[in-house]
Formats: sequence, C-alpha cells, structure tokens
Amino acid sequence: MRNVIAVAGKELRHYFHSPIAYLVMTVWAALCGVIFYILTAAFVSQALRMQMMGGMGAPPMSINEFIVRPMLQGILMVVLLFLLPLVTMRLYAEEKRSGTIELLLTSPLTDMQIILGKFLGALVLYSVLVAITFLYLAVLFFYGNPNARPLIANALGLLLFGAALLALGMWFSTFTKNQIIAGVLSMVIFLLLFIADWPQNFSSSAPVKVLAYMSLSNHLDNFAKGVIDLGDVVYYLSGVALGIFLTARSVDALKGRA
Amino acid sequence: MIEVAGLTKRYGPTLAVSDVSFEARKGEVLGFLGPNGAGKTTTMRVITGYLPPSEGKIRVAGYDVVDEPLEAKRRIGYLPESPPVYPDMTVIEYLAFVARIKGVARKDIKTRVQEASEKCAVTDVARRQIGKLSKGYRQRVGLAQALIHNPEVLILDEPTAGLDPKQIIETRELIRGLAGQHTVVLSTHILPEVSKTCERVVVISQGKIVAQGAPDELTHRLQGFETVLITIEGPAAEVMEKLHRVGGVQMVEPRDAADSRTTFEVQAEKGRDVRAELARAVVESRWNLLELKTSGMSLEDIFLKLTTKDVSEDSVARNQPSALLEGLHAEADRSEQH
Repeated sequence: MRNVIAVAGKELRHYFHSPIAYLVMTVWAALCGVIFYILTAAFVSQALRMQMMGGMGAPPMSINEFIVRPMLQGILMVVLLFLLPLVTMRLYAEEKRSGTIELLLTSPLTDMQIILGKFLGALVLYSVLVAITFLYLAVLFFYGNPNARPLIANALGLLLFGAALLALGMWFSTFTKNQIIAGVLSMVIFLLLFIADWPQNFSSSAPVKVLAYMSLSNHLDNFAKGVIDLGDVVYYLSGVALGIFLTARSVDALKGRA
Repeated sequence: MIEVAGLTKRYGPTLAVSDVSFEARKGEVLGFLGPNGAGKTTTMRVITGYLPPSEGKIRVAGYDVVDEPLEAKRRIGYLPESPPVYPDMTVIEYLAFVARIKGVARKDIKTRVQEASEKCAVTDVARRQIGKLSKGYRQRVGLAQALIHNPEVLILDEPTAGLDPKQIIETRELIRGLAGQHTVVLSTHILPEVSKTCERVVVISQGKIVAQGAPDELTHRLQGFETVLITIEGPAAEVMEKLHRVGGVQMVEPRDAADSRTTFEVQAEKGRDVRAELARAVVESRWNLLELKTSGMSLEDIFLKLTTKDVSEDSVARNQPSALLEGLHAEADRSEQH
C-alpha cells in the first residue's frame, strides 16, 4: 500500500508540476459554469412562464430533473470523453519515452502496485473535477430546494463513469511512447463506446443488444435520475477491473520485448 | 554476489545474448567490455530484472531474479544508459521518491537523500529541477538514485557516457571509491575506462563472452610473443639482417625510417627477454643504438583481436590501432591531464 501511495503521489506531482492539471481543471470548471448557467437560466424562465400561465394544478418543476440530470448525462459526459484522455495519455507513454519505466520496473515494486498507483493518482485528479461540478450544484441549495439524495447517486455515477474511462485510458497509454497517439486512441475508443447503443434505435438483434449493454452512456441513465442500480455499479467497476487487468497484461508483454 | 549461468536472451528470432556465464565477487568492480550492440545492455537488463531471460539462471546476493524478483531488486542499484530521471521534479523530490519505492524506511529517507547527494556531488543543485540540469549533473543524479538504498550490487550501464573529461575522471574515482562496500558491474565500450576502474573484465562480442579475467592477465594470455621496439642509426638492410641472427628473434620489421635512423619492431619467443642481446649486437657492429623498449599488447589490441573478425592477426600484432582507437587514446590522454 505504501508503494501504491508513493507512485500515486508521484503521478499527482507530475500533474500539478505540468500545465495538464491546470488545463484540465480550467476547461472543466469553465464548461461546467457555462452549462450550469444556461440550464439554470432556462429553468428559471420556464418556471416563470408556467407561473404566469397560472398552472396551479401542475406539479412543481424538479430542479434535479431539469438542471442536474441534463448537466451530467447530456453534456459533461461528452466533455469527459475528450478531457480524460489528457489525464491518462501520459501515464505509461511518458515513462516509456523518457526511460523512467526502467526505474519503476527494476524497483522492488510489483507491476500491480505501479498500475494501481498510477490509476489512483489519475483518480484523485479526476475527483477534484467531480468536486468542482458539485460546487456549482451546491449553489442550487441557496436559491432553491433540490432533492439532496439523488445528488449522491449523481456523484457516484460520475465518479464510476470516469474511473472506467481512466482505467481504459491507462491501458491505451501502455501501447506507445507517444502521448498524442495514446490520447487520440483513447478519445476514439471512448467515443465508440459512448455511441455503442445507437444501433438500438433501429434494430433489436442480439449483437445490437450486447453493444447497447457495453455502451458507456446507457449505464449513466439511472445514476442521472438519482437511482443507484447494482447492475450499473457492476458495469463500471468491471470496466475499471478490465482496464487494470489489460494494463497488467500489456506491461508484461512490454518486458518480453525491448 | 552476482552469478550468471547460461544466460540466453532472444528478441523474437534475434539472439541478443547467447549462453553467457560469469560471476562477480563481493566488493569487486567488474568491467563489461564490448562494442556497441554486443549485448551489454541486454545482459544488465536481465540481471536487474527489467527483462526476463529466455534461458539461464541469474542470482543476485543469493536471490534468483526470476523466482524472487523483489528480494533481488531490493539489493540492486541500477543506472541505465540514460539516467531515468523525471525532468519536472527537483533533485530532492526525485531522490526521495526513489528512496520510497526502493523500500528505504520513512525515517531514513532524509539522511539517505543527503548522503547520496553528497557522495555524487549534487548537493548544490538539490533544489533545482532535473530537466534544467546539465547532462553531467543529470548523470550524477542518476548515480545518486542507484546508490540511494545502499544496495549490495550496483549495475552501471555506461556510467561515463556523455560526460566531459573532468566529469569522467570524477565519476571513475567515485566508482573506484564504491568498490569494497558494493559489488559493481559497469559496462563500457571505452577501453581506458576498464583498465582504470575495473579489477576484472568480461569481454563480450556479438552476444557471446570471448574472454574474461584481470586486464593484465588478458594481455599476457593473448600475446603469443614479446615485442621490442629498437631504433638504430646505421645501414638498415645490414642492421635488419644482424638483428635477425640474435637468438630467440622470430621476426624483424622496419616500422619508421628517418635519415639514417630506422625503428624496427622485433618479435621474440614468448617469455624471452632479448633486449640485452639486441643491444650487444648493435654496439658490436658499431652502430648507434638510440632507443630500445618493450612494447606490450595494449588492451586496445586485445579488444580488437577478440571482437573483430575481419582484422587479420597480423595487423593486430603490429600494433596498428584504428583511427577510432587513436581517438580514444587521445581522449584518455586528455582526461589524464586534468
């Protein structure tokens, strides 16, 4: 555990010594802000209109349903597909390029300690991003009365979604010495996984159903609604496990060659 | 301390190292000598556990590097060909990180970092970012990294590559200072380095060991005759004939001629010192003897002899170093003057 933390600390240090952490955080905070503003403004004008029309019988509009859900499910998810590769692309590619991989692999560390350390470092940076999002959402409590409980599910969903992407991105980073290639590869694969459920709209054959199950976006539905479904949790955790397992295999293969 | 037995390493169909066996005893400095691409780096990478061997057994401090990799790695300090440093870290941060992953106890990290940076003379740049340091400093930070956990075994891959002559001298002194407390294996393709730092040499060429032993021992074993250089003022043809008739002399060849002076290379039977008889012969003929000296086979010659196939035995024996080796000589001489 001590070794895992040492490696994780090193990764975090790299993120914050380089512009990467600041770039990712700034982009994220700015986009969150814009999206949050637009959704809130739309919500307010909609609510006013309903009030003027005197819709007394209609149920009150839900803040969770009109602001939080579209923010997480619709938009930020897509942003993550492009932002998280920036976080993971350097994890192994940079060590391979600079030769420091030789230091790590000849130290008394197991491969798994190195992998978990790297994953943990990336996860901590990502948790900061999630925290930023929820800082915005916290504003809602001052001016409205959103339901707090679904937010827990929302946060958990966002974390799990990101964790799966990070683990897979780390795997892609073991393929090459070139960070850009690792990053672009991650983006493409993430995007494909994201749209894997689209064929569902016009077909319902078995392979299409499998594809739809694999889709990253499908499993965020429940979380975005505020529901924690065990199946979805298992889905994202398997994504994390798969990413870590494949990274381990890839590092093994790395050693067999030069 | 290090036992390598029957090490073979293949990269796919290419054979990088073939059936290499050697041993490094506790506290000695073992030189790994060979031309570029001979398999030095591969061998070192297998010893450090970075690459798995295709065949063979490697034990470091009694631990098999394949079966008990963590125990073996704990006892090895390794400096790869290019120092494995993180350019965005400061020297202190970097050394502290390496100390942690090498298993130095938390309370000892500070003192170990201090000691290693003093030993490798990087204390004055301790708070600078490694990426902003010169090549020489970076190399020394790499060396400090290898020493940080006070390992029993040090594996140094071309530790002086890319340094200036002054730094080369300092690094060699540092390495010699490490002998005794640590077992050191260093690789190089620079010959003077071996005779200056190593007690024992393993010469490797095309993935195979071609010779091993102390530098002097190798010289002695490989040279089949004694060579004397003699400079004489007199009629060259007659002198040559006369020298030939001296007992034990097998071959006489003119090497240099200026005015009436000629330098001859005389080869005599192994173990026979013909200098006194040569001198007497010259003086009896009333020629002037200007210079007389023995000429041993240098490490360069041995190296060439062992590692080059297309160089004929003859040219090696005649002491004709290639332009490359002359360059190395010059480099060594330069570093000597500092």
